[in-house]
Amino acid sequence: MSLHTLTVAELAAGLAAGRYSSLDLTLHFLGRIERLGPELNAFVTVTADRALEDARQADAARARGEAGPLTGVPIAHKDIFCTDGILTTCSSKMLSGFVAPYDATVVARWKAAGTVLLGKTNMDEFAMGSSNETSYYGPVRNPWDPARVPGGSSGGSAAAVAACLAPAASGTDTGGSIRQPAALTNLTGLKPTYGRVSRYGMIAFASSLDQAGMLARSAEDAALLLSAMAGFDPRDSTCVDVPVPGYTAELATPLKGLRVGVIREFFDKGLDPAVGRLVQDAIETLRANGAVVREVSLPALPLSVPTYYVVAPAECSSNLSRFDGVRFGHRCDSPRDLRDLYERSRGEGFGDEVKRRIMTGTYVLSAGYYDAYYLKAQKVRQLIAADFARAFAEVDVVVGPTSPTAAFGLGSKTSDPITMYLNDIYTIGANLAGLPAISIPCGFVQEGGKDLPVGMQLVGPHFSESRLLSASHQYQLLTDWHRRVPPGFE
Amino acid sequence: MSLTRAQVEGIAHLARLQITEAQMPVYVDSLSRIIDFVEQLSAADTGDVEPMAHPLADQVQRLRPDEVTETDRHEKYQHNAPSVAAGLYLVPKVIE
Repeated sequence: MSLHTLTVAELAAGLAAGRYSSLDLTLHFLGRIERLGPELNAFVTVTADRALEDARQADAARARGEAGPLTGVPIAHKDIFCTDGILTTCSSKMLSGFVAPYDATVVARWKAAGTVLLGKTNMDEFAMGSSNETSYYGPVRNPWDPARVPGGSSGGSAAAVAACLAPAASGTDTGGSIRQPAALTNLTGLKPTYGRVSRYGMIAFASSLDQAGMLARSAEDAALLLSAMAGFDPRDSTCVDVPVPGYTAELATPLKGLRVGVIREFFDKGLDPAVGRLVQDAIETLRANGAVVREVSLPALPLSVPTYYVVAPAECSSNLSRFDGVRFGHRCDSPRDLRDLYERSRGEGFGDEVKRRIMTGTYVLSAGYYDAYYLKAQKVRQLIAADFARAFAEVDVVVGPTSPTAAFGLGSKTSDPITMYLNDIYTIGANLAGLPAISIPCGFVQEGGKDLPVGMQLVGPHFSESRLLSASHQYQLLTDWHRRVPPGFE
Repeated sequence: MSLTRAQVEGIAHLARLQITEAQMPVYVDSLSRIIDFVEQLSAADTGDVEPMAHPLADQVQRLRPDEVTETDRHEKYQHNAPSVAAGLYLVPKVIE
């Protein structure tokens, strides 16, 4: 097997055994990024010098006997995370010249764990999109079929890991932005519980929904990476102070007795039947290996998309008011007065989808409409959370598809925002309820002569990451979907 | 169209976003579609449901001791500012 198709756990073992150095690995991945990166457009910034320096430090730490489980493993960060001294754009013209003055906690923690920073990955502008087509730096292509999207908003992270340009990458998930691209590119993508991972230095989109996580090649890797990412941080007031369990140790928990609830509402008419069959097959595999499977109903869940498209834009309109053309970010040329400075700087600096969401949010929060939209949505959100809570009184996890279809064509859903929004119909519920959720590969559909990956989603109660990871790991011990690499990238 | 052009112009002003003449009809159309779409929430029976204040029901806003924890790093931060002089952010004249 080639170095670049190995998991983080396998690379860590190889480093520990001295089969290669971190510098060897880093040069290998930088070479692949240089050769294969441009056609996918997965990176906004490649930090080659920094990567080589990180690798030398990692090798030196190992020589001193100070290596941890991730020491010397190359990674990439979504360009939404601030990286001290490195361009941090959020894939927006607004921040196209922004050099972050500090590290996000996620960045600092992975760095402290000894990882090597390969670069910053492309994304939907300000994480607003489901196809990576809203990026100021252009769309990312799906390595399984370059005519298709990799999903979004963490599309660059997904494409980079899927094409074996990086062993793993960080992502963020506000309505499915880790899980949907993971599903569309054959990766394992975990969105932890709201508050599990610090958001300090993670550029805010919708603060009651945003959470950091990762895209990786296996649940075992996700466990390793989460262990180095999770934990209390006083600099994020929403970060929860609860102990971080031993995620890797708990991977061994068997499937036997796992109570699995199949979400009835997710197998609806919007679901591609071929995708649905693969997810049912995967559920059958869980059952055949000791899981206790039953159907559960979450009747309010079909309202999650409209609920989200009130709550998320409302919070985005507030968060993005900080971009004023004064302290940082794009400023228009020769403003006539302060109002002109604000309006033109923001009008020029933000792309269409971001402006659309800011305006939607401004409208639903404005006098006379607040009760009808925002307050109403926060009530429906409570109903959705209550549905999940009822289900978790009877089952340990609920499962269903991650996305209604496999990867769709570039440009095929850009004309109508609602069509694009409905991609996230199965992922948004977990964000609205603050729940952890994971997408894992469960097979391929054939479209246009290409194999396109499909993901199964598992959602658990708050702080049940261990359960999601162990169930996923046990499934991955029984299957090899997650080890498939797109043709041309082996 | 559930939103009029005048309404969308008003929203753009509140949001301090310049929308070009050519783009305005596109925004009127797409924002109307979004508002029509979220309108389906009005049919949901929310009775006396409390609006959600936090995704984790038992969480309260954490407070910290009132101590200085930040150091002065304005020079580093102001590297990203479009226009600065003597440690101050420059903007167009506000008071005539």
